[in-house]
Amino acid sequence: MTLATAPAGGSTVTDSASSTVATGSSRRWQRQRRRPVLAALSVAVAVLVLLPLVFLILQAGQAGWGEVRTLLFRRLTWQLLRNTVELAVLVTAACMTIGVSAAWVVERTNVPLRRVWAVLLVLPFAIPDFVTGYAWSSIFPSVHGLWGAVLVMTLGLYPLVFLPVAAALRGADPAQEEVARSLGHGRIRTFLRVTLPSLRPALLGGGLVVCLTLFAEFGAFEILRFQTFTTTIFTEFQIGFNGPAASALSLALVALGLVALGTEGLLSSGRGGRGRISAASRQASRMPTRRRLGGWTAPVVLALTALAALALGLPAAALTYWMTQSHNTTLPGVSMVAAAAHTAAYSAAAAALATILALPVALYTVRRGGRVAAILQRSTLVVQALPGLVIALAAVFYAIHYAPWVYQTPELLVVAYAILFYPLAFVAVRASVVLAPPRLDEVARSLGRRPAAVLVRVTIPLIAPGLAAAFCLVFLTAVTELTATLILVPTGVETLATQFWAYQHDASYGAAAPYAVALVAIAAIPSYLIGRWFDRLPSRRSTGAAPTEAGASQ
Amino acid sequence: MRLRRRLAQRTRIGVAVALLTVAAVGLAGCGSSGSGSAPAGAAGGSGDTITLYNGQHEQTTDALVKAFTAATGIKVNVRSDDETVLAQQMEQEGRASRADVFYTENSPALAELSGKGLLAPVEASTLASVPAKYSSPTRDWVGVSARVSAIVYNTEKMTPAQLPKSVMDLADPKWQGKISFAPGETDFQPIVTSVAKTVGDQGALTWLAGMKANLKGHDYPDNETIVAKVNSGDVEMGLINTYYWYRLRASLKGAAMHSALALFAPQDPGYLINVSGAGVLKSSKHQAAAQKFVAFLTSAAGQKVMAASDSFEYPIGSGVLASEGQQPLDSLQPAPLTIGNLGNGQHAVQLLQQAQLL
Repeated sequence: MTLATAPAGGSTVTDSASSTVATGSSRRWQRQRRRPVLAALSVAVAVLVLLPLVFLILQAGQAGWGEVRTLLFRRLTWQLLRNTVELAVLVTAACMTIGVSAAWVVERTNVPLRRVWAVLLVLPFAIPDFVTGYAWSSIFPSVHGLWGAVLVMTLGLYPLVFLPVAAALRGADPAQEEVARSLGHGRIRTFLRVTLPSLRPALLGGGLVVCLTLFAEFGAFEILRFQTFTTTIFTEFQIGFNGPAASALSLALVALGLVALGTEGLLSSGRGGRGRISAASRQASRMPTRRRLGGWTAPVVLALTALAALALGLPAAALTYWMTQSHNTTLPGVSMVAAAAHTAAYSAAAAALATILALPVALYTVRRGGRVAAILQRSTLVVQALPGLVIALAAVFYAIHYAPWVYQTPELLVVAYAILFYPLAFVAVRASVVLAPPRLDEVARSLGRRPAAVLVRVTIPLIAPGLAAAFCLVFLTAVTELTATLILVPTGVETLATQFWAYQHDASYGAAAPYAVALVAIAAIPSYLIGRWFDRLPSRRSTGAAPTEAGASQ
Repeated sequence: MRLRRRLAQRTRIGVAVALLTVAAVGLAGCGSSGSGSAPAGAAGGSGDTITLYNGQHEQTTDALVKAFTAATGIKVNVRSDDETVLAQQMEQEGRASRADVFYTENSPALAELSGKGLLAPVEASTLASVPAKYSSPTRDWVGVSARVSAIVYNTEKMTPAQLPKSVMDLADPKWQGKISFAPGETDFQPIVTSVAKTVGDQGALTWLAGMKANLKGHDYPDNETIVAKVNSGDVEMGLINTYYWYRLRASLKGAAMHSALALFAPQDPGYLINVSGAGVLKSSKHQAAAQKFVAFLTSAAGQKVMAASDSFEYPIGSGVLASEGQQPLDSLQPAPLTIGNLGNGQHAVQLLQQAQLL
């Protein structure tokens, strides 16, 4: 329901299912037999990632059905459900539209300053939601409620669609489009019938992550005064001393997440086995021709500029304004360098761990395919719909009961971050595993290499860009994480986000601004790298080719 | 050729990622070595370290902690978060809690832990330095400072004569769009408890419905924002504790204020003295040092630090008086609401939930 705006019809199938079709059942059987280690690792990762869900069920169980029922079936719940679903549908649709349009312009047209746009369009993702939310509500106080939330969240999240779609557009074999054109299809018809369906996995995957991220979002909605399940879960935990009630509401959120996942599953498993570009044809693909914008250049550049100005310029302006304001605060000061070092160390460790966790599951689910793999993949993604607060309290619960020595150590914080952001890592790693031809692994293995050697010498080098992208995505998201950090950070240690919180909580925005700027600066580095990586990803070999071919665009 | 070059490039990226991973895990590991607290010192003397879970405003806590460490040599590790989140966290931690002392802005979070049996009795001499009405009836936490609820109004948009005399009047439709309050702040719950005690639950719900309708357009997330918005003229009035206004004035460093404070009529249900307090965790392995810290908070030395700091809460212990310019605590005439009436605030939360404000 939440993804109902995705293109209907078309002919692709899920990657997991299609690899089954592509490789044939006998070979699949062989692989299945050969991958017990991978399977075991994947299941272990799934168990780790799903621990917070078990915690929720235990907690809600404590409350008893009576209380859960009173809490779930009151007027507010329906209001929350409506708010959350409306928001998810609108923002997901808007992100898909903007993401696909921007990706198409950057990848398939001769728009000026293409490489600059490729980076600028990704950067908004590096700006913490609470900064964007505050920027808007302080400059335009009328921006609040549903439409305010739609605006702010769309501008912050569209890169999650832009990135995979741009990568898919680069990787797609232009032959099919050319055939369609030669058969007399118009430009728009070709886009709708050929290009869009081939983008479907990337588009739906991006939309899904946007939707799940929205479910878990808190900071921006608190500032924009928009009530969702997550803001209410926070209230229950924070004011109600009511962990069980909050857990019950969180389970409702999980159910919403499952609906979104199921919808994505339905939409992406269309009919037939054609449509997926096989890995082999990818290797042989050429650079698609770039369309000349001609008279459209000015409007398109104007639209891109407007997008960058709203998504990037406005928060930057608000931060600059804060910076010029008085930094007076009655709060004590702390070392910004130390806070930045903690932030960078925790986030980098979490990014590395999340990427490592995602690797076996991505390899297993993409290469093996089938129902079990699909369940494994979807169940681990649902974590993205859980607020950081829930993951943090689950971490407290498990640590206190089973491993008290890790409680409030950096290690536990890193593990919680890794679980929290595992879905982002998984989506990025999976995208490049899909692109990597399994045949090379098989060749290496048939030459007598041991599986571990094949992994290190062949597989990992092939999917390195995906691993790097996963690392960067998790890193920049972890840098701006706040609620789980407040609960799990070692006592006495400050990070940039906790310091920003302390100042912002005290309404000392001038004093908070330098921390926000430092956050954005640290997060911008990986965003820039992701932008560059995705930009260069599959087309490195064709750098010598002319970017436009005038004749082909007519 | 091309494929080989590409593989080589990719290998380099792979190596880079691997190196980053190792570096990051190493860095995070290093961070952990310094975070453990010192072993227990039975006497609670110099060289000890205690952990304070702090729900109080950081500027208040910071000044007190510095003075305490200077006086005793005992170090204090401070962990700050919303007091209710910290209370939840300590309930989860149970006997394994890392906290030695819990210091809060309002009494309900302490009452919650007290109700769960997680607090140790406070030393009698500490309790004796503060009037009994400001401390736990079960003697397991002690009041540290007092906070007074009041109206803040924009002096260019309102005159003192126009101000409502009772918190009950704020629900009148004539104030629609002119009043702001933060139902999610723990400072608001005592007022709800007080109103319910005065007019009953049904009356409180009617009042909350009126308040909710009047809040439209000005439902700011916290009291800091409310006092700033009143001062800037975005909204006419706000329901806050007085110290928020004093702190805004202090942080604006002498710039002209466009707002002022006004108290409700004597004994009005909205005219409350709330208590910020502290308690020692039963599970603390540093009982002596923890008790010393709580004793310091209520001592003349600690109370003077509070009175001189940017906290602007009322000192209540050891005969120390508030900083100049604040109306003396003794001259206030609040509603007769006790700590016991407030409890852990859950009844107020339920009313707020029924009114769809939470």
